[in-house]
Amino acid sequence: MSEALLEVTDLMKHYPVRAGVLRRQVGTVHAVDGVSFSLRTGETLGLVGESGCGKSTVARSVLRLVEPTSGQIRLDGEDITHLSKTELRPHRRSMQIVFQDPFASLNPRMTAGDIVGEPLAVHGLASGKALEARVAKLFEQVGLRPDQMGNFPHQFSGGQRQRICIARALALEPRLIVCDEPVSALDVSIQAQVINLLIDLQRQHGFSYLFIAHDLAVVAHISHRVAVMYLGRIVEIADKDELFRNPRHPYTQALLASVPIANPHAKRLTPLVDGDVPSPVNPPSGCAFHTRCRFAMERCKTERPALVEAANGHQVACLLNEGTGRSA
Amino acid sequence: MSDASDLVLDVKNLKTVFFTNSGLFKAVDDVSFHVRRGETLAIVGESGCGKSVTALSLMRLVPDPPGRIVGGSVTLEGTDLLALDDAKMRAIRGNRISMIFQEPMTSLNPVMRIGDQIVEAVRLHRNLPVREANGIAVEMLRLVRIPEAARRAREYPHQLSGGMRQRAMIAMALACRPALLIADEPTTALDVTIQAQILALILDLQKELGTGLVLITHDLGVVAQTAQRVIVMYAGKKVEEATVEALFAAPKHPYTRGLMASIPAVPASGVAAQARLNEIPGTVPSLVRLPKGCAFAPRCKLVVKRCQEEYPPLQDWGGGHLAACWRAAEVAEEVA
Repeated sequence: MSEALLEVTDLMKHYPVRAGVLRRQVGTVHAVDGVSFSLRTGETLGLVGESGCGKSTVARSVLRLVEPTSGQIRLDGEDITHLSKTELRPHRRSMQIVFQDPFASLNPRMTAGDIVGEPLAVHGLASGKALEARVAKLFEQVGLRPDQMGNFPHQFSGGQRQRICIARALALEPRLIVCDEPVSALDVSIQAQVINLLIDLQRQHGFSYLFIAHDLAVVAHISHRVAVMYLGRIVEIADKDELFRNPRHPYTQALLASVPIANPHAKRLTPLVDGDVPSPVNPPSGCAFHTRCRFAMERCKTERPALVEAANGHQVACLLNEGTGRSA
Repeated sequence: MSDASDLVLDVKNLKTVFFTNSGLFKAVDDVSFHVRRGETLAIVGESGCGKSVTALSLMRLVPDPPGRIVGGSVTLEGTDLLALDDAKMRAIRGNRISMIFQEPMTSLNPVMRIGDQIVEAVRLHRNLPVREANGIAVEMLRLVRIPEAARRAREYPHQLSGGMRQRAMIAMALACRPALLIADEPTTALDVTIQAQILALILDLQKELGTGLVLITHDLGVVAQTAQRVIVMYAGKKVEEATVEALFAAPKHPYTRGLMASIPAVPASGVAAQARLNEIPGTVPSLVRLPKGCAFAPRCKLVVKRCQEEYPPLQDWGGGHLAACWRAAEVAEEVA
């Protein structure tokens, strides 16, 4: 659990905003604005933030499903940021993704068995009887019955479909699985089943997860470390226990305070932040959170705080208390 | 308990069915509940449990065909809504009873200014000159804490953020000061910091205006933070009803108990990394092919032979805590 499997350095992804008949560029969406993190083998890094904070763009950039504007992505020590499609192909085997909506990410005209077997066929790893046997084994691993291999996606429930997506991701024995909101489309009772499955599979296979979700409780459950994003930047990153026990960034604190607790005796519905997330087209200067922060100082409007180590392994991007954020 | 005059809504044995190609299914099956003035009743359950159809039935907005309300009564301030003709119902809908939905963008008219949409709602029910109705619209937008209300009233829905749109929906729903507000997953499409703002707003306004509130949600955290009483639905039936305190202290139905155990909690301190969650095995049954007996039996840990043969009646386990389970007594013991 020591060497870094994935290292992302200063990742940026900007999208042009075009308007008018000439489609002239009138602005830039700063979807991801300088994100750095690393992920160790066998580790789960949770990436949380609200809609539009860039967490999904980070996930897709890591897999080179979208081309980053700048920055560096190293997988197993090798820089994959600028590899061509053919050069990238062998690396694709070691990175897989599970998407949010298991209804949209499965081809409705393929059988479940074909869907799970497709990556093996594409990479020429198995065919015929051998392929079928491998797929049957994958089905068992994710808690589906091999006799369901001939069924089509619409014959499965939402939770089962997500199991098919997970089996497909497992097929190539990847070292990194990116999970982009894998349980947010599922009912709570099914959500627990899928989270448990993901945890069990990681224990068996030792791969890493980059786990993206907006639900803090889900992230808290599955992750070893958690990174909090706001408007394209990581504002805080720490070990899970440390982050939840001792959040330092005012945004993290506000997020945690906003989660409704399932305990009627702990009523505390007091929003710590007002207003909405500003547009990533013109993000606020300085610290992007200063417009909603209760502790904003004059400096915060002009100075962009760097992500610095505030305590052992606990990094925060906040100017309060000499860059250590506000202790909870 | 308070007297009957306090009662805003009284639903008795509501039954709503859908006629589909694959057969008839009972989306709401013999559901009863009531809401008092200023009270919040939460209806919880997973997708397909009938919570949204219950809400639509109260508004008499169930699409017919394929759906139809086939039994029961919905009494709002002493009037049985199910007995009214369409014109009378239109006079009450949006006036004495109104509703907000999950996705504000799909419930707002995209080509009409926000203010005008509120004016339309107000003038439909109250014979007011436009100027006066305009004033009410701006006043309502101010009430839901939209900054620069007068300017925002002239904007179109796409110019507002998700949270602002939901505020505008609430303004519209409350413009006629209804006796009952139904909120169907009002914050599910919103981010968590915005959710906290909107829930706090709804509760504030409810206190201010004394509106009865039916809050439909799948999120037990939202229930605990907002409601006084809860009903839990499963496969079209009410399986449990209690005060929030009683429900969270000691759920009596195995389904409720399973739901509570399966939600991950934000750790206050020292939760081991990657603790396994309790899961409810299996999936929600299809309403077309409901098992005989208790619909939860196939997924239930405590299942006995009787559960598969006979549907358990709702029983009072003390202090108005109702649960429909043959083994409710044992569920309670296991929790304690």
